[in-house]
Amino acid sequence: MEEESDTRKINNSFLRDHNYATEADIISTVEFNSSGELLATGDKGGRVVVFQREQESKSQPQRRGEYNVYSTFQSHEPEFDYLKSLEIEEKINKIKWLPQQNAAYFLLSTNDKTVKLWKISERDKRPEGYNLKDEDGRIRDPSTITSLRVPVLQPMDLMVEATARRVFSNAHTYHINSISVNSDLQTFISTDDLRVNLWNLEITDRSFNIVDIKPANMEDLTEVITSAEFHPQQCHTFAYSSSKGSIRLCDMRQAALCDRHCKYFEEPEDPSTRSFFSEIISSISDVKFSHNGRYLMTRDYLTVKVWDLQMENRPLETYQVHDYLRGKLCSLYENDCIFDKFECVWNGSDSVIMTGSYNNFFRMFDRNTKRDVTLEASRENSKPRAILKPRKVCVGGKRRKDEISVDSLDFSKKILHTTWHPHENIIAVAATNNLYIFQDKVN
Amino acid sequence: MINTMECAMDAQNLISISLMKIHNSRTQRGGIKLHKNLLVSYVLRNARQVYIKEKYAEIYRMQQYEEVMTVCNEIQELNPLDLDADDRGEEEHERASCCGEGTSVCGSACQRSAAQPAAHCRTASVLPGCSPLEDGGKEPEPSYYRSCCMETSPVSHCDQFPTNSTHCNKTTVLDLDTHIVTTVENGYLHQDCCCDASQCGQSAQSPAKKRKVEFGCCMSDAEEVSDFTAVRKRAKREDCTYSNLDYTDTSNISNLISIFGSGFSGLLSRQADLEHICSKQAPASLRAWTRAIVAF
Repeated sequence: MEEESDTRKINNSFLRDHNYATEADIISTVEFNSSGELLATGDKGGRVVVFQREQESKSQPQRRGEYNVYSTFQSHEPEFDYLKSLEIEEKINKIKWLPQQNAAYFLLSTNDKTVKLWKISERDKRPEGYNLKDEDGRIRDPSTITSLRVPVLQPMDLMVEATARRVFSNAHTYHINSISVNSDLQTFISTDDLRVNLWNLEITDRSFNIVDIKPANMEDLTEVITSAEFHPQQCHTFAYSSSKGSIRLCDMRQAALCDRHCKYFEEPEDPSTRSFFSEIISSISDVKFSHNGRYLMTRDYLTVKVWDLQMENRPLETYQVHDYLRGKLCSLYENDCIFDKFECVWNGSDSVIMTGSYNNFFRMFDRNTKRDVTLEASRENSKPRAILKPRKVCVGGKRRKDEISVDSLDFSKKILHTTWHPHENIIAVAATNNLYIFQDKVN
Repeated sequence: MINTMECAMDAQNLISISLMKIHNSRTQRGGIKLHKNLLVSYVLRNARQVYIKEKYAEIYRMQQYEEVMTVCNEIQELNPLDLDADDRGEEEHERASCCGEGTSVCGSACQRSAAQPAAHCRTASVLPGCSPLEDGGKEPEPSYYRSCCMETSPVSHCDQFPTNSTHCNKTTVLDLDTHIVTTVENGYLHQDCCCDASQCGQSAQSPAKKRKVEFGCCMSDAEEVSDFTAVRKRAKREDCTYSNLDYTDTSNISNLISIFGSGFSGLLSRQADLEHICSKQAPASLRAWTRAIVAF
C-alpha cells in the first residue's frame, strides 16, 4: 500500500522493542535526558522510574540498546494545605533533566506546588573495616578496641540511589503546569496558571517572579498560562503559551518583570467555525522550541502548529491531528475529554513532529515530505519486534477492512505524553499505565 | 455568531452540564483547577448568550406578529374586490380585539379553541379555518418562526359557534423571510397572508406584481360564523373565495413598505439592544463564576 511505503520514509519501520508496565499507576510524564541514555517517567502516585539504555553488546547485536529499569524512587508525597483545606496531589506533572556534568544524574520533578531536584548516583563500592562499629553496624564498645585500621572500599553490587538535593517550595499559589531548565544550567523557571517564577538551582528560599498575569480583579480573568519553556540556546529568552491560543516570547534583559512581550504569536480565529467550544479547543496544551531554536511548536485540542519565530501573525504549518473529532465536541465536553492536554515533541533533527491522540493512537508528521502516519501503542496489535502497522480512522462512507470508525474509538485510551530520543529514532509513548518504547529497525 | 448547528445539545443542556462541572470541581482532589473552570465558564457564557438570544428573539417575534397582523388588516382594506368599508372597519375592530387579546408575550405553545380561527377567518381571513388554501397551499418555509397567541377570552366567541371541536391545536407561524403568516391547525397548514418584504426596498411596480395576499377559503365555516354578530354583515359577501390579489395602487404599496420597514428596523434595533444586553450580561456572569472559583 502506498501509505505503508510512505510511512517507511518517516519511521523506517518502527518496531516494538519491549513493553514495560509500570505498576498500576498512570504515567503522567515521560522525558529522555539530553544524551538519550536515560528515560524518566513520573506517575500519578508521585513515583519516578528511570530507565537506562543497555550498552550495545557484540554478542547480541539485535538487542541493540534496550531500556531497563535503572532507579525508582518516591519523589512527591500527598500533602495537605491546612490553611486552604486543600489536598495537594502527589502526581508528577513534569520531569526535566539537567545536562550531565559529572558521574551523577540530576533531574527536576514537580507536582502541583513543589519542585524538587534529585540526584541519581551509582554506588558500587562500600567501605569496610570501621573501627567504631562492626560489620552489622552495631556500635562497638570503645574499651574493646585495641588497634585502629583504615577502612577500605570494597566492591559491591551496583546500587542506584536517588537523593533529594533541593526542594523549591511555597512559591506557587496556583497549580504548576511546567518547568524548564535554562541553557545557562544555573537557573530554571516554574510556571503555574498565572505566574512564572525564576529560580537559581542552588537557592531554594528565594525565587523571582518574572511573569504575572493575574488581574487586579479576579473577576476580570480571561486567560491563564498553560506552558512555558526556555529557548534552547538563548538563556535570556523564554516563551509561554496561554489558554487563548497565543504564545508570547519574552526577553529577560528587557525588564525584571517580563509582562511586556517581545513577540506575540496568534492566529486570528475563523469566525465561521465559532462554536460553544471555540475557547476550549484553541487553548494551547503544550509549547516546545525546536532543537535549532528557530521554531516553536504548539498543540491545541485538534491541531499541531509550527511557528517561525520571525513570523507572528500566523503559523508556518498546521497539522490536523484528529479533525474528525470536530463534530463530536459536545460529547467530548460531556465526558471531559475535551480538557485533555496532549503534548507534542520534535525529533532530533526537527524534521518530524509527533503527538498523541485517542484509542492509543499517536501521530507523526514529516515536515519535509508532508506525509503523516497514525500508529497504535497496544499489546494486542503488535508483537515484540514486529513492525508497526499504520492505522487509519474512517471518517465517513464505507469503512475498509483495517480502518476504525470514529464511533469505535476508545476515548479512555489516550496518549498524552510522548518523548523522542535527542539523536536517534527512538520514541517513548505513555499509554495510561503502560510505557511503550519504539526503535527504528536495524537493517 | 456562535454556530449552534454542529452541537447536538441545546444551550440549556450545556448550561446545566457546565454548572455541574463547576460544582463537582469543588470537591475534586487537588483543589479547583483554575484553567479548566475558566474554560467551562466560557462554554457557560456562550450557551447563555445563545439561550438568551433565542428567548428574546421569540419575544420579539411575538411582537412582530402583532405588527404583521396590523399590516394584514390594512391589506385587507385595500382589497379591490371591495366590499363594505364599514364592515371592514367592524371586522377589523373585531380582529384587533381578538388579536390584541390573543397576542401576548409567551414562550410556550398554547391551545386555542377552534372558534377563534373561524372568527378570524370571517373577519379578515387572515387565519382561515380548516379547509386548505385555494391555491393548494404552500409548504412551510424552512426558516419560519413560531409565534403563538394565547387567547384569553375566547369564551364569548366560542358560545356563538357550533364548533366541530372545542379544542383545536393551533399555532400561528410567521416566516420572516417571505413574511407569510400561516396557521398550523390540527396538522394542516394554512397560509394566511404573505407580504414580500424583500421587495420592500424596490420600486413600487415590481412589488405590485409579486405581492400577494392570499386568503383561505372557508366555505364550510360560512354557516358557523353566520351567527357571529360582528361579522354578520360580512356573511353576505363571503360566498366567494379570495384568490390572489395584485395591488396596483402604488401609494398603498409604499405605505405598506414603510410600515414593514419600520417594523423590521425596529426589530433590528431591538436586536442590537439585546446583543448589548447580552454582552453586558455575559461578562457579568463570567465574572460571577470566576468569583465563585476564586473564593475557593
